[in-house]
Amino acid sequence: MAEKDLSADVALAVRKWQKKRGALIMILHEIQGRLGYVPREIALELSKQMNVPLARIYEVLTFYNFFELEPPAKYVISGCMGTACYLKGTPGILQEFGRLLGIEVGQTTPDGRFSLTTVRCVGCCGQAPVVLINGEVHSKVSPQDVPHLLAQCKD
Amino acid sequence: MAKLQKDDLEGIIQRHRGSSRDWIAVGMGSCGLAAGADAVYRALEDGARERGLEIDVRRTGCLGACHAEPLVEVQVEGVPKTLYGHVSAEWVDLILDSHVQLKRVVSRLAVPEIAERLTTCNDREQPEPGRQYKIVTRNCGAIDPESLEEYIASGGYQALRRCLSELTPDQVIAEVERSGLRGRGGAGFPTGVKWRLTREAQGAEKFVVCNGDEGDPGAYMDRSVLEGDPFSVIEGMTIAAYAIGASEGFLYIRAEYPLAVARIESAIRSAKLAGLLGKNILGSDFSLNLEVRLGAGAFVCGEETALIASIEGKRGTPRPRPPYPSVSGLWGGPTCINNVETLANLPPILSKGAEWFRSIGTEKSPGTKVFALTGKVRRPGLVEIPMGTPLRTVVEEIGGGPLPGRKIKAVQTGGPSGGVIPANLLDTPVTYEDLAALGSMMGSGGMIVMDDQDSIVDITRFYLGFCVEESCGKCAPCRIGGRQMLTILERLSEGRGTPEDLEQLRQISKTMQAASLCGLGKSAPNPVLSTLRYFPEEYERAIAPAKANA
Amino acid sequence: MARTAARTVRAKLNGIEVVVPEGTTILEAAEKVHLKIPTLCKHPDLPPTAACGICIVRVKGTNQMPRACCTPLEEGMEIQTHEPEIVEIRRKVLELILSKHPNECLTCGRNGTCELQRLASDFGIRQQSLPSIVPDLPKDESTRTIVLEPRKCITCGRCLTVCQELQNVWALSFLERGIDTRMAPAGDILLADSPCISCGQCSAHCPTGAIFEYDETERAWELLRDPELHCVVQIAPAVRVAIGEAFGYPPGTNLTGKLYAALRYMGFDTVFDTNFGADVTIMEEGTEFVKRFQDNQGELPLITSCCPAWVDFMEKYHSDMIDHFSTTKSPHEIVGVLTKTYYCERKGLDPAKVRVVSIMPCTAKKYEIQRSDDMFASGYQDVDLSLTTRELARMIKQAGIDFSSLPEGECDPMLGLYTGAGTIFGTSGGVLEAALRTAHKLLTGEEFDALEFQPARGLDGVKEGKLTILGREVRVGVAHGMGHVEDVLDRVRAAKENGDEPAYHMIEVMACPGGCIGGGGQPYGITDALRLQRAKGLYTDDREREFRRSHENPYVQALYSSFLGNPLSEKAHRLLHNSYKPKPTYRR
Repeated sequence: MAEKDLSADVALAVRKWQKKRGALIMILHEIQGRLGYVPREIALELSKQMNVPLARIYEVLTFYNFFELEPPAKYVISGCMGTACYLKGTPGILQEFGRLLGIEVGQTTPDGRFSLTTVRCVGCCGQAPVVLINGEVHSKVSPQDVPHLLAQCKD
Repeated sequence: MAKLQKDDLEGIIQRHRGSSRDWIAVGMGSCGLAAGADAVYRALEDGARERGLEIDVRRTGCLGACHAEPLVEVQVEGVPKTLYGHVSAEWVDLILDSHVQLKRVVSRLAVPEIAERLTTCNDREQPEPGRQYKIVTRNCGAIDPESLEEYIASGGYQALRRCLSELTPDQVIAEVERSGLRGRGGAGFPTGVKWRLTREAQGAEKFVVCNGDEGDPGAYMDRSVLEGDPFSVIEGMTIAAYAIGASEGFLYIRAEYPLAVARIESAIRSAKLAGLLGKNILGSDFSLNLEVRLGAGAFVCGEETALIASIEGKRGTPRPRPPYPSVSGLWGGPTCINNVETLANLPPILSKGAEWFRSIGTEKSPGTKVFALTGKVRRPGLVEIPMGTPLRTVVEEIGGGPLPGRKIKAVQTGGPSGGVIPANLLDTPVTYEDLAALGSMMGSGGMIVMDDQDSIVDITRFYLGFCVEESCGKCAPCRIGGRQMLTILERLSEGRGTPEDLEQLRQISKTMQAASLCGLGKSAPNPVLSTLRYFPEEYERAIAPAKANA
Repeated sequence: MARTAARTVRAKLNGIEVVVPEGTTILEAAEKVHLKIPTLCKHPDLPPTAACGICIVRVKGTNQMPRACCTPLEEGMEIQTHEPEIVEIRRKVLELILSKHPNECLTCGRNGTCELQRLASDFGIRQQSLPSIVPDLPKDESTRTIVLEPRKCITCGRCLTVCQELQNVWALSFLERGIDTRMAPAGDILLADSPCISCGQCSAHCPTGAIFEYDETERAWELLRDPELHCVVQIAPAVRVAIGEAFGYPPGTNLTGKLYAALRYMGFDTVFDTNFGADVTIMEEGTEFVKRFQDNQGELPLITSCCPAWVDFMEKYHSDMIDHFSTTKSPHEIVGVLTKTYYCERKGLDPAKVRVVSIMPCTAKKYEIQRSDDMFASGYQDVDLSLTTRELARMIKQAGIDFSSLPEGECDPMLGLYTGAGTIFGTSGGVLEAALRTAHKLLTGEEFDALEFQPARGLDGVKEGKLTILGREVRVGVAHGMGHVEDVLDRVRAAKENGDEPAYHMIEVMACPGGCIGGGGQPYGITDALRLQRAKGLYTDDREREFRRSHENPYVQALYSSFLGNPLSEKAHRLLHNSYKPKPTYRR
């Protein structure tokens, strides 16, 4: 990443929020929204531009589940682990995804195309079980649907 | 819309009453969208245009009958208003041709069992027994959530108008106190008292905060209100801010609810343009600015002091109380934090009056409560009922009872902080006191139905696993106690328990309840204690036979 | 916590009535009636973090169990502190904490001084009924001044309070959450790559062995055992009034004589005193001040530089102040370089065979002795090893010395005899006071009659004073604790920008609250009361000295007349002065 782009990316987010108090989490959301994760160089740059210690930035980054420190896979598959989805079978669906992709929950395929995670309740419990692929919600999923869902993830 | 003065509201209402067109409403909450409501909506739009029909195709929020999404409601003159469920793009033609053009209801698509079991406070002043009574979700599914006009036309902002032009802040607080409204986030603390304490506290800056973190897995009441009726939450916050003397407010919404965030942000923009936020609201000298702040995946941030820390841009760890947020909260200033559902109750209370609200529900728990009824039940969805309604009514009459061939084993309320109500106690009225007496709690509104095929030990392990994952880690009892309990539960759910396990669970539970710093740790043992109380035999079965007979 | 003495609160603790000022916590109130509520994460020197849950008490007749450390006592409250049920719960909390803690007491540096160990002993823990879930986290010795062992961390939060809020360094943080919460340097890098200034306040407040000084006692024994080597030792001012706490003496007892004796028993061939180095520092720095104040050669204010943690902080965060810094080295470095040049010449010793060991209240000195090439001005490493007071206490015990029965010993006066000005270096404000005593003489030719300059004394984070010299107002300031320095520097910067007269002419800065007597290497249990007691010991030492002004020290006079020439001479510059350069805050 070029030095100038780095600074510019961060400067944009910082400028939008700089007059507001406690804006660190919102700025991190902006950065992750744009880049898919929060790279270390950006965190260092942010520390400088916001005059916030790096310690504080990483304390926050590692506390909140939402923030990623590593670049995301091309397709992020999240099984919802809310209570209704859990009861209606998300574990089985995740197992099926894992079997077909050859990875466990929390891992990424070696080619970087797919990662398998869980998310805690997106609030679509009436449509349980729910699976998100890159944020798009698929409802009333069954393990039989998994191959079809994977096939839809074309390059 | 130009900046409104308080007398402009009436004009909007009149204007809407005057125009009566046929309409089709499509439920476009997150559930509906997940089920494909967007395609249905576009198909209806295209279909209506192709047929040259004079009909409004509208987007509304979540009607609540989530099991039957996508939901479409049709109002055509000469035909009774009909709710259709499980609508797919293929059925759109049928609805347009048969219902709209030929004025014939498509009975096989209609879901009257839903429509006939609910009323709203916009239509009736009092609830009917055995039916949902919608106060909080009164507008969800009825209006376009992005239209300020429709909100005002359905009675919105009358409450704020009354407060700003007829009541002093102390009078507003007195009315809320009289109404008996209790915090709907789970604690049930009297809202009027919280407001009064914040008003009386010393501080140059005061804040109102909407707690939209809704972290309980399986609960999505707040999401539906934020998506389906954002203006009611904003109006509620504005009333709260006026009452306590705040000029700045935050809506803390979990990042997993992007649609809710978008709807609220849009509503804030519209409200600002119309002079309902910002300086001199409705021509008065009261001003308020609201901002959205996102959560980032931490259930603990639903706890008040952790929420404050999160808005301040820090790790979401709780602080010891006292001081309570009403005295010292955001950046040290007195802060009033209210749940979404609590806030959405305020416009009806302040426009229809405290006495009306008191007349609904029970003496100690007036009003209604929205529940997310999910799990092993025929008709999962959002249900709003007067407090005091028996649990059985909710689960069997409104919810349709267990799935075919199954029997209900228990109903879990209160999420990871709650407990189970076994099937033989289903006649319990739903109130704060009655649920607490059974070892459970009201909680934020999650209601999970479990049947004979579900393992009690497993669901307990699930809830405990949730608490362990979400523990902030600051205090030892929760951080380590939760983890040690989970290890035991894992062994039990694999049938490898030992007789000492149950005693260890009880001891650690007691320790966590007494010595945890916040509600998460204090209530994490609740599912364990509750299930041990009502389903001891399932735990006994989980102890490895060799060890049990030793 | 501000307390309004006006309002009081009347309450009962275990049925005993107590009347306390409003805002007093239950814990503090209990102390007043000799009730000891057990604590773990609470340190008397720091505000509560409310983390561990050990100090819970019960509000009589209710289910409420607030934490005593942070809950204010309210009017009419009735508190039970030691019912069997409460004790049971506390014990269970402790068991939980122990289940996540390695069982390595016998080989841990805190064996015998660990607060968790003491609590386990007090509670009579005899078995572990819970499985052990100790995380597998690596040790961090990268700074070679402070060692982090996150496995032993009980996440009490004290080190964070100290490093983030008090010292404003932000080298340490908590990462992740829940059961995975761990103490780690900022951004999960090595401590040496972080802003850490090695002040050691974290190690001084840590209840367990999770943060510990880099123990070099083994290396010291090696030096002493080597017959070829001539071992020289020096002791810092702050050490003499704190070492006694490890041997049962009241804090602040001046044990200089016994220390000299003990060090000789341990095998040191020569015993010097860092206070002598302090006197030389004053000669050099006082002359620097004269040059800047009188001759306008150089920047004002002159900022003291004998604290290596402060120097590191400045190079990382405030490098724009470099030109303000005194170039004079710290006292122990001065004794070191003079030992290997002046002393060796006089005694005909080969400096290659001489080793200098400093006993310091400070962990940062371990870093200072190899900070730059300037620390090798003698042609060898000027100071070979720096040990903390805590390490010395352990060595004395290891040597089997019965400290309290030692007769008073003597130092080698050539680089050992000191004045009162030298000894007060150990407390915040002392360097400034000492400097004024000499600067006044250098500037006016007359002795400064305000020998004890009160505005420089006490525990306020920032202290200010004024005096008049030759008709000119001289403004002086003292800051201690890194958290207090930013305001002072901002005032200096503002005055410069506006073209005003300098906000101060001289500033003394110490990284550790209280100055060196509160240093990161001092005995555990620091509180403000202890700081005042130790400071009092030094002020008393000052009063009892034959000479109280650095320039009156006959051995210092001899040093200059026979070796250095004048202060700031070419030789003095070469040996006794050093330079600074900006450093990155994060090396990764």
